Formats: sequence, C-alpha cells, structure tokens
Amino acid sequence: MDLKLTEEEQKFREDFRTWLKENLPKEPLTGRSEDDPNYWNQLRGWQKKLAEGGWAGVSWPDEFGGRGATPIEEALYLEELAVCDAPERAGVIGEGLVGPTIIAEGSQKQKEFFLPRILDGTDIWCQGFSEPDSGSDVASLSTKAVLDGEHYVVNGQKIWTSFAHMADWCLLLVRTDPNAPKHKGISCLLVDMKSEGLSVRPLRQMSGDAGFNEMFFSDVRVPATNLLGQLNEGWKITITALMNERANLGSGLYVGFKKTLNELIERSKTIRRNGSPATKDPINRQKIAQAYLELEILKLNSNRALSQITNNATPGPEGSILKLYWSEFNQRLVQSAMEILGEQAQLKDFDQGKWIYRYLRSRGNTIEAGTSEIQRNIIAQRVLGLPRSY
Amino acid sequence: MHFDLSKPQKLLQESARTFFKRECPLTRVRELMETGNGFDETLWTHMVDQGWTGLMLPEKYEGLELSIVELAALAEEMGRACTPSPFLATTWASVLIAESENTPIQTKYLKAIAEGSCMATVALQDAESGWNPNLVATTLQPTDNGFKLTGEKWYVLDAATADVLLVVAKKRDQLAIALIPRNREGISIESTPSIDETRKFSQVKFNEVTVSSEDLIAVGGQADKALQRSMHVGTIAVCADLIGSMQWMLETTVEYAKTRKQFGVPIGSFQAVQHQCADMLLLLESSRSATYYAAWALSEDDPASERAVSMAKAYCSDSGREIGNRACQVLGGIGFTWEHDLQLYYKRAKGDELLFGDATFHREELAKQILND
Repeated sequence: MDLKLTEEEQKFREDFRTWLKENLPKEPLTGRSEDDPNYWNQLRGWQKKLAEGGWAGVSWPDEFGGRGATPIEEALYLEELAVCDAPERAGVIGEGLVGPTIIAEGSQKQKEFFLPRILDGTDIWCQGFSEPDSGSDVASLSTKAVLDGEHYVVNGQKIWTSFAHMADWCLLLVRTDPNAPKHKGISCLLVDMKSEGLSVRPLRQMSGDAGFNEMFFSDVRVPATNLLGQLNEGWKITITALMNERANLGSGLYVGFKKTLNELIERSKTIRRNGSPATKDPINRQKIAQAYLELEILKLNSNRALSQITNNATPGPEGSILKLYWSEFNQRLVQSAMEILGEQAQLKDFDQGKWIYRYLRSRGNTIEAGTSEIQRNIIAQRVLGLPRSY
Repeated sequence: MHFDLSKPQKLLQESARTFFKRECPLTRVRELMETGNGFDETLWTHMVDQGWTGLMLPEKYEGLELSIVELAALAEEMGRACTPSPFLATTWASVLIAESENTPIQTKYLKAIAEGSCMATVALQDAESGWNPNLVATTLQPTDNGFKLTGEKWYVLDAATADVLLVVAKKRDQLAIALIPRNREGISIESTPSIDETRKFSQVKFNEVTVSSEDLIAVGGQADKALQRSMHVGTIAVCADLIGSMQWMLETTVEYAKTRKQFGVPIGSFQAVQHQCADMLLLLESSRSATYYAAWALSEDDPASERAVSMAKAYCSDSGREIGNRACQVLGGIGFTWEHDLQLYYKRAKGDELLFGDATFHREELAKQILND
C-alpha cells in the first residue's frame, strides 16, 4: 500500500501544470454554452491547442497521437484541468468514448481518418444510443439500417443525445438484423451529422439548459465503410464503450464537487439562521461533515479503482459502483446545500441562481449514463453473481 | 500509487483468515459469548505465538514492528471471524505505552505484552465523558507521597482479564495516564454485559486507589498526544473489524439470495433483493477505501490523518449498521433467529459502531476541523 504518486506520475502532473500555466486561455470564454456556435469555435480552438501541446487523448497509445497515460495519470490530467477551471473539452466524447472504441475496433482507414480529427477538435462527436422506447433497455433499439449497395440506409429516432446540435459525427447504434435475438442484431455506424435526412431538435431540461437533443433519421445514407467493427457485433462494442465511460467519470468530478462544497461552507458561515451563523447549528454541522467525508471517499474509491485498473486490467463492472456513488452523492450534497442555505437559496438572484441550477441539474445524475437502477443491476449480476431476471 | 494491500500484507491477512477459521470457529465464538470474560487461553496463546500482540511494537521489545496497515489487515479477519479476545484492549494499551515516551515503563511492559505474559486495557470513559478525554472527571488527588485515584470508569474492555489498567484521569487541569495493576486495593470491577457478547465490558470503580508518581506514564501534553495516537490506532482497528463483519454479512446474504427459492426462482433474481445487495457492496467497499486510506495516512504521519480517521469511523459506523439491517431483511425469518449466525455479526457491528465514537461524534470532530471553529 503506497498512496503517494510515483515519480513518473508526479512528473506527468508537473509537465501538464507547466504547460497549462503557459497555454490556458487567460480570459473566460464568451457566449452561452449550449447553442452558441461562437462558443463552440472557442472550444474547438482550446481542443486544438491541447492537441498541439500533446495534451489531447492522453490515455491513447503513442501511435495514435496520445501519450499512453495510465488511468492514474489520466485522472491527474482531468483533475488539473478542473482545478484551473479550464474550458470544457470539445473532444470529451470523442477522446473518452469514441476514440478508444475506434482504436479497439476500427479499420486502418477509420483510424487514420477519425483519430487525428478527434484530437485536434476538427470533429465533435455525439453518441446515438437511447431511443424513445429504448432507454435502460438499450439493446431493444429499433432504429434500423438496411444495406443498399455500398450504403446503409438508416431510419428511426434517437433521444437524449448530448452535443448532437453541435456535433460533426455520431457513433450510432442501429439494428441490422431484425430476426436475431436483440443483442445479436445490433451494429455500430459512424455517421456524418451533415448527412441528408438527419435532423436534430434540442430538448430543454428542467434546469433550463438545452444540452441534449432528439435526432431523426429519414433514409439517411451511410457509406458501408463507416461500419465500426463487425456486422451485428455492435452490442459488445457498446459495452466496452460504456465501461470506458463509467470508469472515466469520477476523476474530474471530484474537483467540481469540491468547489460546490467549499462554496457551501463559505456561504453558510455568512448566513445567519436562528440568530447565529448557519455553521453553528449542530444539524448543519453534521450535514457539512457528512458531505465532506462522502466526497473524500468518492475520491478514495476512484483512486482505488484507478490503481486497480493501472496495475491489473481494463475497466470492469466495478465502474458501476463509482457511477452509482457519485450521482447519488451529488444529489445529497446539493439537497443539503439547499437546506443549509435556507429560504434565500430558492431566489434566482441569490448567487446568480447557481444553487437552484445545481439542485435541479443533479436530478439528471442518477438517470444519465445508466440509471441508478441499472447500475445496481449490473453490480448485483456481474460483480456479485446474482441471477439475471430479464 | 498502489492503493491495495501489498503481497506480504495480503499473505498476513490470508494466514489470519485460516487461523481464525481453525482456532475459533463460530461454534467456539458462541461458547465464549456465554462465558463471563470471553477469554480462551489456548486461542490467546496461539495468537501470541503468531506475534500479533507485538504486531506494531518495536523489535527491541520482541515486536514485529509492522505498521497500522498490517494491523488493519489483521483486525479485518478478527471481525470476519467475530473473534472474542482481549486483542483490541491490549493493542490499544500497548500503543498508549509505546507512545508515552516513558522508557522504564516501556521496558517493563512492552516485551511482556508482545510475549503474552501481560494483558492490558485502557480505562478512558467516565459515566458522562463519552469519547472526549477532556471531559474525564476521574481525579488524581495529590498526597504526601503520590496520589489517590478516585472515579468510575465505564465501557472498559476486558478489564476482568487484564493484568494492568491504563487509567485516564485528571491531575489538576491536566490529563494524566496511570498504569495500575488490576488487583490493587480500592479497585472493584463489575461486568456490564452489552448487546455484543463477543466483547466484554466492565465498570471499574477506583476508590482512593494509591498511585505513585512512577505509575504515571504520561502527563499533560504528552498524555494528550499519546492518548490521541493510541485512540487513532484503536479506531482504525475497529473500522477494520467492521469491514470484516460487513464482508461476512454481504457474502452470507448473497449466498442465501442465490440459493433460497420463492415463486420458483432464487430470491436473488428479484431486483428488490439485488438492489439491497448492490448497496451493501457499495457501503462495504467505500468503508474499505476509507479505512485503508486512514491506516496508510497514520502510518505515514500524514497531516490529514486525523481527518482521515474521523471520516473512516463515521462512514464505517453507519455502514456496519446499514449492512446489518439489509442482511437481516434479505435473510428473512431465518436471519432473525438466535440459531443463525447473523445475530453475532449484527450485534458486533452495533457495538463497533459505538466504540471510539459513533458517526455523529466523528462528524462533529470533522466539522470542527473543516470549519476551523
């Protein structure tokens, strides 16, 4: 047991810190995040800068433009970005989910074409998995693709697609064999978002942002060469992609939650409840301490998992524990915050409405990237070995 | 970064697991529960032979000079086996002596503890002090040639079998720790059976007990420091004990859910049951992360170790109780019986929850540090 960073890990972090000091945008980005093309151009610029410095796709192998960072180093990378409030990465889905999947399953041509474009921000990616009738049961999806000459013709609808309104490409799951059992008739296509017949409609969330969308496919023609992996093997690819997604989450999140908690602590020192500072109230103290310790344990769990992956193998279903933990933790955190801050916290002018935003946004945490119920099923069935029931 | 037990630490843990399975199976645990002092001399001798009473003590006192991480690895197995023994009491006391910087006392007692010829315990809590040593009211009154010790200690672990008691008392406004043989005049010990019958508590009364200045192993700042360090070690040992308990409860519950059939299928195929088990795993593994980290931080004298200890104990205390509740629910009627071994672990977890302070206590300790007030 040695929780200190190794020399290589320290050097990795130092190198990145040094680079950030010189290259981080001096001014915050301008424009609204969800629908302003100018804002997205700035994000692409930042992504390009990261790529030029060799700080994009850090966990990818060297031969594909990465730097072969271990999971621990990748976590350090995400932490550093979060600590210095760096702009979000336009390539977040491309780097974390699509790229590794193309590296594992893609053809030589696909690798050569797509990977550099992910790294330098040329392409923003989205993932077309969920459908109106296929949420937790993704494998029941019905968007279909039929081979017609050298193209697949795609028809159907996707929903809850983050970034679709700004994305250039989509990692799309489609049904290619309607007669096979549901897990065995799915394939994975790489779809140009500018394709004819593809339209995107934004969805507004209860928190007010429009971060995700519906996508409609009407006779969209996708070149057959854009099939990722083998025909009808798309489900296996999906599982790998989802495990990567869950294993990645957690590292950068800690820093964000820590900021929320620190702001809560500072704010509650200045707010008076029942005639004295909110932090003198024993119940509030219990809540703050509980949030603090749960957050630290979130990080410890994450470090332990990363250390296991680094020293042993690829991400496994244990990532589900991390996802379950952070999503439910954040909901408890912001709920405690609203209770501790009291009535003012409901006002839109109070701290520019950020507590309201956090409170509402957190409801999505236990739904996105696999609901808590699905995570618990995965833990029970794949980690504890309990029998499947569906 | 390597966030896991090392190979030698795992080896120690595995050999301890085999040891307790062989030397103290649950049938034996039940027999010991029924006795007044819960002490099995053969078991204890064998534990001493393994070197465990000197696990963290320096080599010059015949100790193994291992770290608190090894202690946690070992204590986890005692929790998993629900072992009744004076190990926790003696370990706490030995660390307190080792931290006291009192060489004559160390020379006299540490080797004896490591070799098994002396058992010791700490008498800390007064009736109303809780786990806060500053609230102790037991006093050392100065006399012509020493002191008279008067007070009433509660929740003293294994006092009936201890050869010496380390008593935490007030000497004027300072804290002092007195090392006193159990059979000294003026001491009376009364057993106070508790919910967890695998641990034996006593109430110990001190009625003007004669204490010489040589009996005082630490006073003032030194006593505060030694006591705090020893309590941190004890707290982590209890956290690890809880992890062992939780591990047993989870494994037993999952095994049952796989084999018990209702409506023609294993109950573990129902999501209502699966989700209970998944939550148990999350609580267990998070407890483990918190405890291993705190043990490591203590072994490194990391400045964050005090927070780490309170974080671990707060989380493990709640989780032990929660996992017990869920185990009892999933096991259904059988888990509620005297016959099923769950009751042993359920009660052990409840007792452990309180030892060295419950979650509420540690959250307040943490709040003081976080809020700087």
